[in-house]
Amino acid sequence: MTDLTSMKIAEARDALRKGNVTSAELTEACLTAIEGAGALNAFVHNTPEIAREQAAAADARIKAGDAPAMCGIPLGIKDLFCTKGVPSQAASNILGGFKPEYESTVTTQLFDAGAVMLGKLNMDEFAMGSSNETSCYGNAVNPWRRGNDDAALTPGGSSGGSASAVSADLCLAATGTDTGGSIRQPAAFTGITGIKPTYGRCSRWGIVAFASSLDQAGPMTKDVRDAAIMLEAMCGHDPKDSTSADLAVPNFEAMLTGDIKGKTIGIPKEYHMDGMPEEIEALWAEGRKMLQDAGANIVDISLPHTKYALPAYYVIAPAEASSNLARYDGVRYGHRATLSAGDGITEMYEKTRAEGFGHEVQRRVMVGTYVLSAGFYDAYYNRARKVRTLIKKDFEDVFAAGVDAILTPATPSAAFGLGEMEDADPVKMYLNDVFTVTVNLAGLPGIAIPAGVDKQGLPLGLQLIGRPWEEGDLLNTAYALEQAAGFVAKPGKWW
Amino acid sequence: MLDHLSFESPKPKLISGAKHDWELVIGMEVHAQVASKAKLFSGASTQFGAEPNSNVAFVDSAMPGMLPVINEYCIEQAVRTGLGLKAEINLKSAFDRKNYFYPDLPQGYQISQLYHPLVGEGEVIVDMEPGVARLVRIERIHVEQDAGKSVHDMDPNMSFVDLNRTGVALMEIVSRPDIRGPEEAAAYLAKLRQILRYLGTCDGNMQNGNMRADVNVSVCRPGQYEKYQETQDFSHLGTRCEIKNMNSMRFIQMAIDYEAKRQIAILEAGGKIDQETRLYDADKNETRSMRSKEEAHDYRYFPDPDLLPLEIEQAWVDDIAASLPELPDEKKARFVKDFGLSEYDADVLTAEVVNASYFEEVAGAAGDGKLAANWVINELFGRLKKEDHSIEESPVSPTQLAGIIKLIKSDAISGKIAKDLFEIVYTEGGDPEVIVEERGMKQVTDTGAIEAAVDEIIAANPAQVEKAKQNPKLAGWFVGQVMKATGGKANPKAVNELVSKKLADLG
Repeated sequence: MTDLTSMKIAEARDALRKGNVTSAELTEACLTAIEGAGALNAFVHNTPEIAREQAAAADARIKAGDAPAMCGIPLGIKDLFCTKGVPSQAASNILGGFKPEYESTVTTQLFDAGAVMLGKLNMDEFAMGSSNETSCYGNAVNPWRRGNDDAALTPGGSSGGSASAVSADLCLAATGTDTGGSIRQPAAFTGITGIKPTYGRCSRWGIVAFASSLDQAGPMTKDVRDAAIMLEAMCGHDPKDSTSADLAVPNFEAMLTGDIKGKTIGIPKEYHMDGMPEEIEALWAEGRKMLQDAGANIVDISLPHTKYALPAYYVIAPAEASSNLARYDGVRYGHRATLSAGDGITEMYEKTRAEGFGHEVQRRVMVGTYVLSAGFYDAYYNRARKVRTLIKKDFEDVFAAGVDAILTPATPSAAFGLGEMEDADPVKMYLNDVFTVTVNLAGLPGIAIPAGVDKQGLPLGLQLIGRPWEEGDLLNTAYALEQAAGFVAKPGKWW
Repeated sequence: MLDHLSFESPKPKLISGAKHDWELVIGMEVHAQVASKAKLFSGASTQFGAEPNSNVAFVDSAMPGMLPVINEYCIEQAVRTGLGLKAEINLKSAFDRKNYFYPDLPQGYQISQLYHPLVGEGEVIVDMEPGVARLVRIERIHVEQDAGKSVHDMDPNMSFVDLNRTGVALMEIVSRPDIRGPEEAAAYLAKLRQILRYLGTCDGNMQNGNMRADVNVSVCRPGQYEKYQETQDFSHLGTRCEIKNMNSMRFIQMAIDYEAKRQIAILEAGGKIDQETRLYDADKNETRSMRSKEEAHDYRYFPDPDLLPLEIEQAWVDDIAASLPELPDEKKARFVKDFGLSEYDADVLTAEVVNASYFEEVAGAAGDGKLAANWVINELFGRLKKEDHSIEESPVSPTQLAGIIKLIKSDAISGKIAKDLFEIVYTEGGDPEVIVEERGMKQVTDTGAIEAAVDEIIAANPAQVEKAKQNPKLAGWFVGQVMKATGGKANPKAVNELVSKKLADLG
């Protein structure tokens, strides 16, 4: 049975069409794998009834010969996506008991294409975190371990449950969302592929908002081809999201030729960080060489405002979040605190929000409220917006100079131990996003793919950043890198 | 094109304090509900009076992950309003979030336009009396969503929330501090309401809260306002207080009066006005402090990241401009010019566009504007008012009224008979000409018939004839007798002439 769950989307699609396997079989295998993987805490809410029903429908559709690529593919769905009638809590107590009466656009498109939902996946609360430790469900666990050390490692965040589930073969692929690196960092930590498309590619309708100008959904898959297939099903114009782009969606998979001869790849010097592990530097250099060997021109480039990206991000994202999370007030849905006699509306707000939000969310709401407040707005929020414009211009300049894609490390380290950062300054945790936030600030597509392992056997990822709306080209470059890197390692099953 | 009639500015209202004279300076922020079937950012209905929480889309109740999408029609209406107020239209504007917590504000923020409003500077001519009007400058109009309604009086322990109004589109029309008295403030709101109703962009129903005003009031010594006008420096003016949420013209005047006296008393006692928000209590006729400047909310405005900046095209604006109806000032000027009406009559007739249209139909069909104006204002409006009917409910159509007027003009009936005829048409209906014919109401202009009647009266009243010989003024008595004898149908002019002639002949 494990063979079935380790299938990739493309393999399963072909096998389903040939009749070698049914969606029902794939789905049962996944459900069994999920049941046996409680230790990973990746799935926080299982939906076997929905899965079996969808699988049966998919099998009928496949039989009828009317089956899109995603038809019959069992997926995990990040808890940030609103799924109709199914708990959708953004891993927060404040949304305790909330079951939306609507289905997000992205999941609607996936299910319309015949995909099967196995359940909801763990994540950092409201997607705020880089280790999955802010989840109200407790953290998901990385299936990878350091050599023989059985210390539990983080799967990364915020899409840690998605990363853990895909990496451990509990599902064929999963949805993720990425506001500052929440798809790419966990993908890198768990040896899988994750792409954040251009801002506006995927509809945000029905995805619980963290920072609206940065949030994007994307697929988390076992390889680049799967990312291409699944992304195509997820994206497209949605009139219900004003920031969704009215652009045609190309056949991304058809663009995976592996031919990158003559492409220009930029290596940004500002991404060499002090104190970055040597292994990351080495991997980056290896990636550079692999792309060069594949026929790309490698150029050293400068993105001069990179060092301001993290501070700007940690102003803009909390500012938007402080406003986006104001709706969780206990009035209409989710958690409402039990009140004492004489308590009024202010006490209801205060108690509800104090009980419902975890510490990291509270911290960001306070930071966001502060940077938007009268007297500080120009010094923080407005300045951060200006920085954002400059960062975007950095990228525009190199693209205008002929660069097709930019190669960087995905993360400054391999997966770290759960609890390791507990007492650390929160800024240290924020540093996880140092290579990824620039991409969100500039609204660009970025992909993380596994490219090697460190001395302890943990996967390491590289990131490629592409031109806006050119995910197809970016995926093809990633495909070439993937072919060259030949990463096939899998975590040993211990759960 | 004659846009409006020439006018002079009224004198500012002077208020005598215990020590000095004072003047008022008033600016208003008017919230006008956009006439639209759907809300600003959702497809939910805006129908008034529906069951609580029945006109609520997911985005209105701020369900997680729901996103606003601009209703283009609301933007069109706001642009139309801007054009009607002769204002600049900003082709690029943007929406901002105004953050505060309140149970009837589900998102925890109101989507509004602080930094880049849709409409810029415009103006309103506020008529005070014929030839006298105040030009009030408009600073800006921005588009924003309304909040819901909190209900506190249904349960001793709980409050309830109705989200039907949540997300309904409002235009906030912000004036400069150009209003100089309570009457002007009320007249300004009335004029805005009139223009918006002409444009069809707001129904102006104040009872339903579809038009509400925040009134900023300050007082200054005579001469200070002129300094402000020269420099646009607000330091020449007094500290203002904002009276929130007024929806009655009468209460606005009373609140301003009260507030002016309150401020003057403080200042004359050597005190200082605190900038604050106040509420007017109509029962006690007083304003009370709601919150001071220090307690003011920090709204943490920032651009709404869910909405891209709003970009509209000049061609679209031009199309809307081309479809604009004739507005009250232009219509009034045209009525004065084309129909020779007094400014007063033109004012009355243009107050509501339906009245003006009715009048124009009558005037056109009757071929006499002045007569049409008299009949519409005096007879028709008077009669409708008696039964509390609107002009839409008038049983007399413009064609019928024009028919009556035409009969007067052709001397077929006298003015007196015309009033009887109007009453018949009003109560029974029918074609005036046919009624006059069938009921023999036609005026007798046949001199032969009138002469016979005059001769008859003269022959029957020799004593009166003798008296009339001494006193020619008694001729009137004979005229009256003839009119009576002919049932009022004789042409009075012809009777007069004949009576004078016959009496003279006898003498």
